[in-house]
Amino acid sequence: MEFRTCSFTGLKIHKPAEDLIKWNVITAVLFLTLGGLMGLLIGITRWPSVHYLDPTYYYRYLTLHGFDALLVWIIFFEVALVHFTSAVLLNTRTVIPSAGWIAYSLMLIGAIFVNITTFAGKADVLFTSYVPLKASGVYYTGVIIFAVGALTAFGHFFANIIQAKRDGAYKHSLPLGSFGMAAASIIAVVTLAHGAVIMIPTLLWSIGLIKYLDPGTYRLIFWGLGHPSQQINVCAMVAAWYMVSAFVLGGKPVNEKLSRTAFVLYIFFINVASEHHLLVDPIFSNWHKIINTSYVMHLAVFASMVHAFAIPASMEVALREKGYTNGLFEWLKKAPWGNPAFSGTFLSIIGFGFLGGTTGVIAGTEQFNIIRHNTFFITGHFHGTVVVGTTLAFMAFSYLLMPYIFKRELIMPRLASVQPYLYFIGVSMVSIGMMAAGALGVPRRHWDITFSGAPFSFTFDPSVDMFLSIMGLGTLLAVFAGVIYVVVIIGSALFGRRVAP
Amino acid sequence: MAIKEPERIWWKPYTWDEKFWVAVALLWMLTTFTFMPVYHFIGKQNPPFETYRVRNPEQFTALVDAMVEKYKVGEEEGIPVVHPEPGSDVFLQASMWQWYPILQLEKGKTYRIHVYSLDIVHGMSILPINMNFMVLPDYDYVLTLTPTTSGEYHIVCNEYCGLGHHMMVGKLYVK
Ligand code: HEM
Ligand SMILES: [Cu+2]
Ligand SMILES: [Cu+2]
Repeated sequence: MEFRTCSFTGLKIHKPAEDLIKWNVITAVLFLTLGGLMGLLIGITRWPSVHYLDPTYYYRYLTLHGFDALLVWIIFFEVALVHFTSAVLLNTRTVIPSAGWIAYSLMLIGAIFVNITTFAGKADVLFTSYVPLKASGVYYTGVIIFAVGALTAFGHFFANIIQAKRDGAYKHSLPLGSFGMAAASIIAVVTLAHGAVIMIPTLLWSIGLIKYLDPGTYRLIFWGLGHPSQQINVCAMVAAWYMVSAFVLGGKPVNEKLSRTAFVLYIFFINVASEHHLLVDPIFSNWHKIINTSYVMHLAVFASMVHAFAIPASMEVALREKGYTNGLFEWLKKAPWGNPAFSGTFLSIIGFGFLGGTTGVIAGTEQFNIIRHNTFFITGHFHGTVVVGTTLAFMAFSYLLMPYIFKRELIMPRLASVQPYLYFIGVSMVSIGMMAAGALGVPRRHWDITFSGAPFSFTFDPSVDMFLSIMGLGTLLAVFAGVIYVVVIIGSALFGRRVAP
Repeated sequence: MAIKEPERIWWKPYTWDEKFWVAVALLWMLTTFTFMPVYHFIGKQNPPFETYRVRNPEQFTALVDAMVEKYKVGEEEGIPVVHPEPGSDVFLQASMWQWYPILQLEKGKTYRIHVYSLDIVHGMSILPINMNFMVLPDYDYVLTLTPTTSGEYHIVCNEYCGLGHHMMVGKLYVK
């Protein structure tokens, strides 16, 4: 069979799985590049002293930024994780590799459809495409093709682990990394089904086959897709945290029972959260709103708190076992801070918890939501979750994939070792600047907060200028760090020194 | 280990620090879990929920026009300023890219403000107090509110509604 043994991890790696991981990672990174470029352009547009783009391009690139960064980069990388955790980690094979390639092609074709249509100016609807705002039918077709591809890819996870069980690759339960991706894949299937329920009628409506779509229902089902897909990201991110801790430090959770229970809590208790996007929408009764702010979301938050304990604890135990036992914190001082896989993971944990997590719980409260909904605060919140958290975690994990899967050393290792820090600082500035401005009422998705051409003008608190400048400077730093990342990853994949197989 | 299959028996008993953390986290979550609905009743401000379907946009426009005709007290930038009966039902209509009309409310009186969109989704952001509500076509959203501070407020659109989105600024007075 086409297996090799990884000289770092001792894992047996199936050639087709390796190829699928490589292509999915590289494609993900290319779309992150595109999304990041759009991030730069819209970021410096919202920086008042630069205000770079004109409105047409601002909204067009904002559409692309949301789509390419949030959906394409993240999901392609998750598909790489699907193959990594359901084949490589189990020392077994990817079944029906052709299904993997079909999924890959569908996702790529869908993403290209959306990008071309949007660049051509036929879909200036932002990635949420709230009806009755209408894009060209090609746009929705692209989204649907992408989602079908993603569904196939997540379905592949289950095919792989069933086959792995038959092959005796594991006997009783999956390793924790695979377990986390199993949770991600389960949520993915449910979520993408919502995607079909809403995107197919929207496509038919856009080409005139359906006369009417209810804008309230659209928002409800759209967020049935949009919110739980953030839960896929959280599960995949936490799985990556555990795996980096294990690969880099030999860390293992002190108690697998706790960590596994927490993943199960994610599956059960997060989906109703979709409604917190609609707390000030005219579609729910009072009781919906009361129940939604208090309901079981807290058990999902509880799950995050469990992981926030278990992962640092596993790191501490592993480092103490290496002999760093002086005082309370020697283990922390002696941690491998120069290894970007480790530092990226650590910063991702910190950032996700403190920047993204806490602010999300606040904004999801019905009364707070009134004073935060659709302000820049929300954009700041999710750059804390999905950028400092998920994106940084995936970046960290990809530094491990270079030797393990691509069989290449990192080029420019010094630059790579500072990259997570720069990215963390940059995106944190973006996130904090946005949140501060949003708390003062600055709207998200808004080209000009001096309201040029409007009949009346509102002047924001003068400090808003400072906060948006912090965001602007953070944008430059984050993009700089993003460029380092892309250069290191693509450069290593192409030109890195080969490591012994 | 996170990357290896756990030993057969991985549901080991919890250690004291795990138990402690789980207890603290769970307690905290349960506190927020119960306090949030409680706050709905003891707090002074909740998101509005009263809403009606609008099957016929002209009907809503007719109500707006009737109110403007009856209570118009002035005009700014071509948009009528309306001083409706204190404590009555008032209407605010969003469209690309205008808030219509300008309402003049009285401090301490409770109003039922019906907001509605004629075309696509808009966002109503009342500044500088930063209160935000979605405005959807086909839905009449009733914001029952009592202004407590007099002054001049602006209504900014904070949901993307096309190229003129940033020009969609209206006004609101509390006397
Ligand atoms: C270089 C790093 C990045 C910068 C400087 C950046 C900056 C921005 C800015 C300025 C906005 C526009 C907000 C507005 O005007 O309303 C935005 C929106 C957004 N960003 Fe980023 N971003 C970055 C990376 C990312 C990444 C990696 C993701 C996803 C994983 C992401 C997801 C989003 C999403 C979903 C939106 C909302 C789009 C919308 O409102 O339609 N961003 N970002
Ligand atoms: Cu608007
Ligand atoms: Cu607007």
